[in-house]
Amino acid sequence: MKTRSNLERVLESGQFAVTGELGPPRSADAEVIRKKAKILKGHVDAFNITDGQTAVVRMASWAAAIIGKEEGLEPIVQMTCRDRNRIALQMDVLGIAALGINNMLCLTGDHQKFGNHPAARGVYDLDSIQLVRMVKDMRDEKKFQCGDEMAVEPRLFIGAAENPFADPFEFRVTRLAKKVEAGADFIQTQIIYNVDKFAEWMKGVRDRGLHERVKILAGVAPIKSMGAARYMKTKVPGMDVPDSVIERLQGVTKEQVSREGIKLCVDIINQVRQIEGVAGIHLMAIEWEEVVPEIVEAAGLLPRPKIAP
Amino acid sequence: MLAVQVKAEAEILPLISSKRLFIFECLGCRDVHYPVEKAAEFMDSLKEEIVGKATLDYLCHREFVHEYVKAYAGEIERAQVILVFSCGVGAQVVSSLLEDRIVYTCCDTLYLNGFQGLTAKEFNCDQCGECYLNYTGGLCPVALCSKNLLNGPCGGSQAGKCEVDPDMPCVWQQIFDRLAKLGQLHTLERLGTPKNWNVSPASSAPEKRLP
Ligand code: SF4
Ligand code: SF4
Repeated sequence: MKTRSNLERVLESGQFAVTGELGPPRSADAEVIRKKAKILKGHVDAFNITDGQTAVVRMASWAAAIIGKEEGLEPIVQMTCRDRNRIALQMDVLGIAALGINNMLCLTGDHQKFGNHPAARGVYDLDSIQLVRMVKDMRDEKKFQCGDEMAVEPRLFIGAAENPFADPFEFRVTRLAKKVEAGADFIQTQIIYNVDKFAEWMKGVRDRGLHERVKILAGVAPIKSMGAARYMKTKVPGMDVPDSVIERLQGVTKEQVSREGIKLCVDIINQVRQIEGVAGIHLMAIEWEEVVPEIVEAAGLLPRPKIAP
Repeated sequence: MLAVQVKAEAEILPLISSKRLFIFECLGCRDVHYPVEKAAEFMDSLKEEIVGKATLDYLCHREFVHEYVKAYAGEIERAQVILVFSCGVGAQVVSSLLEDRIVYTCCDTLYLNGFQGLTAKEFNCDQCGECYLNYTGGLCPVALCSKNLLNGPCGGSQAGKCEVDPDMPCVWQQIFDRLAKLGQLHTLERLGTPKNWNVSPASSAPEKRLP
């Protein structure tokens, strides 16, 4: 084992992993996190704490992670390059490791233009791939990006995201290969609604043997309303919501849409599970955490494994 | 202060090894410090066959350069690689005029205080000091990608547009297309390492600037 991560243990044991996601509040209210953490507990192997998702100011990812950890959850701290240069990134990497956090997810970050401070200056000193490599060198070589050595390395299980649905499609397996080459231990994908396209991508991944070098968690999320579905289809860059999904939700009464959205999510989990090389799911029910237990249960993924370190 | 500096041989030689070369050299900014001697030294030291060379002022002036491209069509045709000695704008102009030819720049742009400002309009260079054009088919990711990515396109690139602004093309999609056209897609497998922003006058103190 590279780390003390529960997620790493579950994945290494060959069991199908489940990660969740928790968005910190737009305030200093710790209770919000405790409440969400209590819902997720026992239903996921680890959970992501977003880092200023959509470039909106929220509680720091690492701070929310510590609160979640106090509730007995295993956090995955997301870290973006949008707000930090390599100096700040390395300081935070050391900090979270010292606080006993075992996982991080390396992201470039949503552009500041999308958030509530569009006038902010973006940093982008590094990109996500360079961040992965930097953290790997810190962990495995005990080296800072500048080459200086450190006494105690941050033992972090390193994750990255990948979007099989962005353009150009032919490049998407290459980009995954670059993240693997840089040192990613696990990958969480963009939310999957187009299972066929995802399967095609996975085929390319297997053709290069990448699924044997990195653990791939398929991103899934329940749809709450018709509005949310349409918004994702038309407004979110890099999202692929096929017409069949919209039609399926249109086929039920308005009151039933969220029920149907949950069922659809379970169906997609069952489908992606059949695809060779998928090591788990990453279930994103942001601001709808209460449905996580139900979805995980309906997908037959309970109880979650308990593996002693 | 130099406007551009000649790249290290170690970066260029592996790219051009035993290829027939055509060279564009821009002297437009000579008066404001184009390293004439260094460039000449570099060119003289090349073991490769040089099938032709065009020396001109204002490689940043696209219409003007277009005339040279026509005039030297035969030599350019015979060459396997086009080398450019100019700022990043000039290199981008040549790449744009020779989209199906491999164009490499031999310079890092530090500063654009030449006469370049008189004519350049189609292309942008952020004077980043570590020119990346040799890995991107001659399109600049530093000036044109909304997140300055060196390993793009990111996960938000869709239908050729940048996720940040649907009116803006995604330069990494353009890079992909150009490299595909050149049969050089393998270039995208390369890990773009963290950039040294300190060589850019835009981000460093005067005393840190290269001579
Ligand atoms: S990479 Fe772009 S910004 Fe940097 S020197 Fe080349 S053209 Fe200029
Ligand atoms: S969409 Fe293209 S240009 Fe825009 S940030 Fe992503 S890679 Fe850069």
